[in-house]
Amino acid sequence: MSEANQKSPLLKVNDIHVYYGAIHAIKGISLEVYDNEIVTLIGANGAGKSTTLNTIVGLLRPRQGTVELNGMNINGISASKMVSRGLSLCPEGRRIFQQMTVRENLEMGAYSRPAAEIAESLEEMFQRFPRLKEREKQIGGTLSGGEQQMLTMARALMSRPRLLMLDEPSMGLAPILVEQIFEIIKELHESGVTILLVEQNAQMALQVADRAYVMETGLITMQGRASELLHNDAVQKAYLGS
Amino acid sequence: MFFLSNLVNGLSLGSIYAIIALGYTMVYGIAKMLNFAHGDVIMVGAYVSFCAFQYWGLPPVVSILAAMVFCTVLGVVIEGTAYRPLRQATSLAVLITAIGMSYLLQNLALLIFKSDPKNYPAQIIGMPGISLFGGQLKISGVTLVTILANVVIMVLLTLFINRTKLGKAMRCVSEDRGAAELMGISVNRTISLTFAIGSALAAIAGVLLCSAYPIFDPYTGSMPGIKAFTAAVFGGIGSIPGAMVGGLLLGIIEILSRAYISTQLADAIVFAVLIVVLLVKPTGLLGKQIREKV
Ligand SMILES: Nc1ncnc2c1ncn2[C@@H]1O[C@H](COP(=O)(O)OP(=O)(O)OP(=O)(O)O)[C@@H](O)[C@H]1O
Ligand SMILES: [Mg+2]
Repeated sequence: MSEANQKSPLLKVNDIHVYYGAIHAIKGISLEVYDNEIVTLIGANGAGKSTTLNTIVGLLRPRQGTVELNGMNINGISASKMVSRGLSLCPEGRRIFQQMTVRENLEMGAYSRPAAEIAESLEEMFQRFPRLKEREKQIGGTLSGGEQQMLTMARALMSRPRLLMLDEPSMGLAPILVEQIFEIIKELHESGVTILLVEQNAQMALQVADRAYVMETGLITMQGRASELLHNDAVQKAYLGS
Repeated sequence: MFFLSNLVNGLSLGSIYAIIALGYTMVYGIAKMLNFAHGDVIMVGAYVSFCAFQYWGLPPVVSILAAMVFCTVLGVVIEGTAYRPLRQATSLAVLITAIGMSYLLQNLALLIFKSDPKNYPAQIIGMPGISLFGGQLKISGVTLVTILANVVIMVLLTLFINRTKLGKAMRCVSEDRGAAELMGISVNRTISLTFAIGSALAAIAGVLLCSAYPIFDPYTGSMPGIKAFTAAVFGGIGSIPGAMVGGLLLGIIEILSRAYISTQLADAIVFAVLIVVLLVKPTGLLGKQIREKV
């Protein structure tokens, strides 16, 4: 990815400030994601990682600053228009549609795509996540936590995103499932998807990522190549527990 | 026979409640608000069909369609101008706006049509009645049409919600607005569509209601509106089968209490039953937990 920096970024976040009422949650963040990279955003609880992703995708509006996708300013464009621009967010906390079947959930993921293309993508997801295939007709709310997480990811992939943003995909999963999730992230990356990954599991995130940003209370305090941050003393102390 | 005849009348009144309750329940389920102006859209539907038939001489079916189109547009406009700007506001602010909208519609109708009651023409639903058991049980044409309309509406709406892309989008918005947007579903458009459907149904309810009880005025929509809202809560607000069950039960209870207990107490009994149901099952008969399995 060393040549990546010479190209223009796929996603460029420019000094954004985000408020929840009077709470100043994001205090001027800039970051870039280049084509075909895995970039990770790590930081403690409440640092503002989810807020950043939600702002990028248009669920929240920055009071100041800009978000550019592919060189185009996407400030103020509603979140519902983002999937068709190739940006997909897999939100925190397994927000599948509880009352819909696994299959319906996946179909909703392809809402913005022509109906004729859906069958093929469904097949693809069932291959990548065989567990979902077995549970195709099961109601989403009755899936186990891990299965729901798989479904959230698969649903986000159904739109065939160019940039996939994952908000804590390994949260609350058993170690073996965490491994599996990271395996899938690597596979997706190899198949050409660009990934912006928010994680609590800094160790694994830094291992899989090309570059990383470290957030603390609404600010980016460190950034660099993931392999370097992995061995950085301050990062090790704060996030890797050593 | 007396009982059977009352039961049929109860079913018919209940069908009207059910059709109105659908509007409340869909808007509540998807926009998460109580649209207290919904009852007054019924009244508007009644006046539009009345004018179309009586003053402009349009055929009955066209008059009904005119009322549906007018109310659909009205519902979408009300949502877009009065409720949409309050999407982030507290639910109390939205509720008060809805009550204000209800008064606005009533007063506009008063201004245009004056307060003296009008007589709804019987020819709009000019179906002959039938008589069964050698004339012992007579069922009017309006009653038949009402019950049939309710069944057709329920079937179509259920198919729409469960089978079509737009219907599924509605279910997504109802469950999780943010996640629905991430799928590419426009929340605003989905809510508009919900108001459109609810208001078109209100227009139908207005025609049916005034055909069954022909004297109407600008306040005609408010009492059935409140009863239908009760029916929606009774069945489990947010649930479409709940609106159906709640509406039918409410109509039957009301008519039977009127026939066997007391005319004056009928409404009190209806609300007493509601309170008991809510004490036993706070989410209503088919509220949330059950709906999830549908
Ligand atoms: N809806 C909200 N209203 C008010 N404050 C909020 C809201 N959502 C988040 N915050 C605040 O904004 C800050 C950043 O929250 P955010 O969810 O972005 O953190 P995070 O880095 O994703 O944390 P975690 O790792 O726990 O998910 C926190 O202080 C949080 O309390
Ligand atoms: Mg978070």
